[in-house]
Amino acid sequence: MGTAVTQEIANPAAFGPGAAAEAVESAAAFDVARIRQDFPILCQQVHGKPLVYLDNAATSQKPLPVIDAERDFYLQDCANIHRGVHELSERATRKYEEVRAKIQRLINAREVREIVFVQGTTEALNLVASGFGRKILAAGDEVVITAMEHHSNIVPWQMLRDEKGIVLQVAPVNDAGELIWEDLEALLGPRTKLVSLAHVSNVLGTINPLKRVVQAAHSRNIPVLVDGAQAAPHLKLDVQDLDCDFYSFSSHKLFGPTGVGVLYGKARWLEALPPYQGGGDMIRSVSFEKTIYNAIPYKFEAGTPNIGATIGLGAAIEYVNRIGIENIGRYEHELLGYATGRLSQVGGLRIIGQAREKAAVISFVVEGIHPHDLGTVLDQEGVAIRTGHHCAEPLMHRFGVPATARASFAFYNTRGEVDRLVAAVEKAKDLLG
Amino acid sequence: MSDLKALYQEVILDHSKRPRNFRVLEDATSRADGYNPLCGDRLTLYLRMNGDQIADVAFKGSGCAISTASASLLTETLKGKTRAQADGLFERFHDLVTGKGSVNGAGLGKLAVFSGVSEFPARVKCATLAWHTLRSAMAGGAEPVSTETDDAEDQAAR
Repeated sequence: MGTAVTQEIANPAAFGPGAAAEAVESAAAFDVARIRQDFPILCQQVHGKPLVYLDNAATSQKPLPVIDAERDFYLQDCANIHRGVHELSERATRKYEEVRAKIQRLINAREVREIVFVQGTTEALNLVASGFGRKILAAGDEVVITAMEHHSNIVPWQMLRDEKGIVLQVAPVNDAGELIWEDLEALLGPRTKLVSLAHVSNVLGTINPLKRVVQAAHSRNIPVLVDGAQAAPHLKLDVQDLDCDFYSFSSHKLFGPTGVGVLYGKARWLEALPPYQGGGDMIRSVSFEKTIYNAIPYKFEAGTPNIGATIGLGAAIEYVNRIGIENIGRYEHELLGYATGRLSQVGGLRIIGQAREKAAVISFVVEGIHPHDLGTVLDQEGVAIRTGHHCAEPLMHRFGVPATARASFAFYNTRGEVDRLVAAVEKAKDLLG
Repeated sequence: MSDLKALYQEVILDHSKRPRNFRVLEDATSRADGYNPLCGDRLTLYLRMNGDQIADVAFKGSGCAISTASASLLTETLKGKTRAQADGLFERFHDLVTGKGSVNGAGLGKLAVFSGVSEFPARVKCATLAWHTLRSAMAGGAEPVSTETDDAEDQAAR
């Protein structure tokens, strides 16, 4: 790991002296070298070069305490939950439910029963879409989304459009990649039954003005569903303050294992929605004549969940809490500023997404070089980024590009790694430009 | 850097920057669309058949260097070939870029410059997109070709 970290002091000239002093000050409070020791995966060579992992918006890496927690579960406590009277089942159930309480505190939910475990953000969005489709939406009713949504917040509504005849309205974005407020507000009409939007864009990094959206929607009695997959790893969340009706995120982007995610819903909304899937654990009693459903959140949790991954998520939340999400946000913001500055100096490079409020995600294109070719060259330099449409094809069309390259950062990334990224882009230009 | 140099050979870079037969074929007898959703490559391949022979072939679209150069070199190679010859070239080209058997590019002519692709499994689909699209055009070209629906074989080869 030494290489990347020792390069960290490189190129302070890109910023003013004030910025440098600020960086030094925050470096003292934020020991990246120490943090990177918790992520052994980062300490490896790829194609003979030290790995620079900048694909965190796709999935983040997992610190040792997360890996240990999942391993410990399988070594010591593995049993099914909510079922057995035996000791292992009691332990597994207790650990599993402790994670629910940790999530409640993480996002400041009013009640623990407002936390539903799902497979990931995609399932959370589908769960709400399914419930709204079966119980609330009728033909002609409208759902408002935005032009910067991930496919997982587009396709479930299109499926409802085809099945139920609902209308999908799309709020546009401006050239900087920000919601056009007047246009969004104009879409909130008498037939609007739900607003569903990303908190943070996975492509542009834009942080949407969620509180303002919720207020505008609520003033018209419209509930709001939030895709928080890209927000949870970067922002402090307070669902009571945001006042959104549903909020969803995935463990694996929050430094936890894959296969588990969270749907928060206000209790009255979760009670209003029908169950998502039928099966064990979601029922109170079953006869062939009549089944009584379990209370929330269990009503939505049919079948054996991913218990080990959920316990790993609990460890991830503890890990993030120890560092402090505000410290993480501050550090990443500096890194984003540094990376934006350095990339902006690369000739022919255009950053897609220049919102004033941005998380540490940078999409870009380089003149004359297709993102896929860029990705291949960067990979050979040990730099892992994502290239393609990022599951947001309509947004690619909006910005007139077939695809972008995307560098997405986490708190374990360094300025030295940004320098490696920039050097690799220059190399690609030499080779392909 | 040697693998990269092998992938992005001069011929490939030249064809990606100045693709040959890059035009709409007004008198095409068939056409087909190809799409690689993973990288956003899209191309339309135009064919003018004269009996069993490919009288003319051209393409339009946008894509990465590998897929553009592959389409360009395909058009250069196939003009005047019969269906059977085109099929045979596709088989050999496919083996070359997936690194199957002991294919060394013999009999492929200029297409041998794609031998470097076999070291980059993620790029096989870029190299084969134009060829799959050609096959669709020769078959009538009703359905657009997507590398994510017809390429289980490529996927398995990875």
